[in-house]
Amino acid sequence: MLERVGAPMLAALAGVGEVSLFGLRAIREAFRPPYEFREVVRHTFEIGWKSTPLIATAGFAIGAVLSMHTRASLERFGAEAMIPAGLAMALVRETGPLVTALLVSGRVGAGIGAELGAMKVTEQIDALEAVAVDSFKFLAVTRILACVLALPLLTTIADVCGIIGGYVAEAAISGMSWQLYFNRAFSLIEFRDFIPATLKTAVFGMIIGTVACYLGFTTTQGTEGVGRTSTRSVVMSSILIIVINVVLVRLIFFLFPVRS
Amino acid sequence: MSPPREGRVAARPDEPAPAGRSASADRPGGQGEPAIRLEGVTKSFDNRKVLDDISLDVSEGTCFCLLGRSGTGKSVTLKHIIGLMKPDRGRVFVHGKDVTELKRRELSDVRRSMGFLFQNAALFDSFTVGENVAFPLRRHTDWPEHKIRETAKAKLADVGLADDFNKMPADLSGGMKKRAGLARAMALDPDILLVDEPSAGLDPITGDEIDELLVALKKKGTTLVMVTHNIPSARHVADELAMLHEGKMIARGTAQELDRSDNALVRTFMRSEGAG
Repeated sequence: MLERVGAPMLAALAGVGEVSLFGLRAIREAFRPPYEFREVVRHTFEIGWKSTPLIATAGFAIGAVLSMHTRASLERFGAEAMIPAGLAMALVRETGPLVTALLVSGRVGAGIGAELGAMKVTEQIDALEAVAVDSFKFLAVTRILACVLALPLLTTIADVCGIIGGYVAEAAISGMSWQLYFNRAFSLIEFRDFIPATLKTAVFGMIIGTVACYLGFTTTQGTEGVGRTSTRSVVMSSILIIVINVVLVRLIFFLFPVRS
Repeated sequence: MSPPREGRVAARPDEPAPAGRSASADRPGGQGEPAIRLEGVTKSFDNRKVLDDISLDVSEGTCFCLLGRSGTGKSVTLKHIIGLMKPDRGRVFVHGKDVTELKRRELSDVRRSMGFLFQNAALFDSFTVGENVAFPLRRHTDWPEHKIRETAKAKLADVGLADDFNKMPADLSGGMKKRAGLARAMALDPDILLVDEPSAGLDPITGDEIDELLVALKKKGTTLVMVTHNIPSARHVADELAMLHEGKMIARGTAQELDRSDNALVRTFMRSEGAG
């Protein structure tokens, strides 16, 4: 029994350990020349700009839905005036960062995993090495850095679109003006709410990039393996994001205590 | 006897030596040292010995051909030479440097003097054919863009793909991919060219043209290590041949010596026409 439960647990822990070592190597290599600035910019554009429609749409819809749910709850206490502030706080502190990370892990993580996996099984990674290019730095470090840079920007877009979505829902139901909504939304929000919550998504970006690149680099068994890499990349990074988010939230509360 | 060859692809002997190409006397290791030497190389995958105590040396400016049935470790040998694989035991020297011991940067320096044509070409599928050939030039020269493009086009013309610069690899046939891969391998005019089944998937005429190109490169001083199943091609291009079987080198010598081998498998192999 212990063996049946313990073996998969050990395998999972070993996997996390290997991904962590891969990530640490990426951090170390990122600070060593030669620097691949052009590739980082190209991938940041690919990951960031091309994810913007998805993130903006999702942020808008979530803002609208949250607004409607919040209204349904707060109406019972006659506290409808708190809807914009509550919505903005929920979006900026937690919903925006987490939803953005999970969506990017689905779109980008699967893409990176499949792309690198295909390169691995068709010997393109070996071909890079054969032309004296450091494949780890050229393929993995650049994509991981791009994820780290893109996530906070995308989260900001999700937050803004979510607040706009909340306004549209609120205006449709109560006819609240934009100016009043805006004033109320930002009445409780401070930079200390926005900065740590948004910057933590850089950690999520690191997780998405590292997991996808690690799985891509270790892909075996042809096209079947590429498909498996793509799926595992999304599953593994999503689980890690959700679990590590708990630690990061605790850390943020410790470093930036909520004022009573 | 080899058929007469009038290939439209041809190396250009008058072409100036580009990036990093050095005269053989200036190369690391100096004259007299073999360009490539393997000493007792042994490699296993999943407890299966693919290479078993393989030793060989290749003199500069010659062509060494590895023969053998599929799965006998020929491609693995090439990957050891360029440092993509490390032997479980033994050493691999390129221009006198043990590539199994080199640090990444030193290994990169050695690789810059080598070109590698992969068995499946391994073109970067997100780049055009031209970008594939230009890629090593972009990475390792400080040439202006127009010179990089001109050189890439010239290399593609050498393999008969002058009109395919802007095509994507997915739009090429298997044989065309192979030729584009060869153009990329030749981009930096390497001292050593490792070619894995260069004529596989090519029609006989284009295969002959590629053979002529390899002969011309050899005449210019390039050291070639070729893996092939195409015996007529091996006879035409190679100075020395070796046959691998079940991880061991069972024969080595000139084509004529292998024709007279005591080993029946070697004689049978040498009598075959091969399918490229």
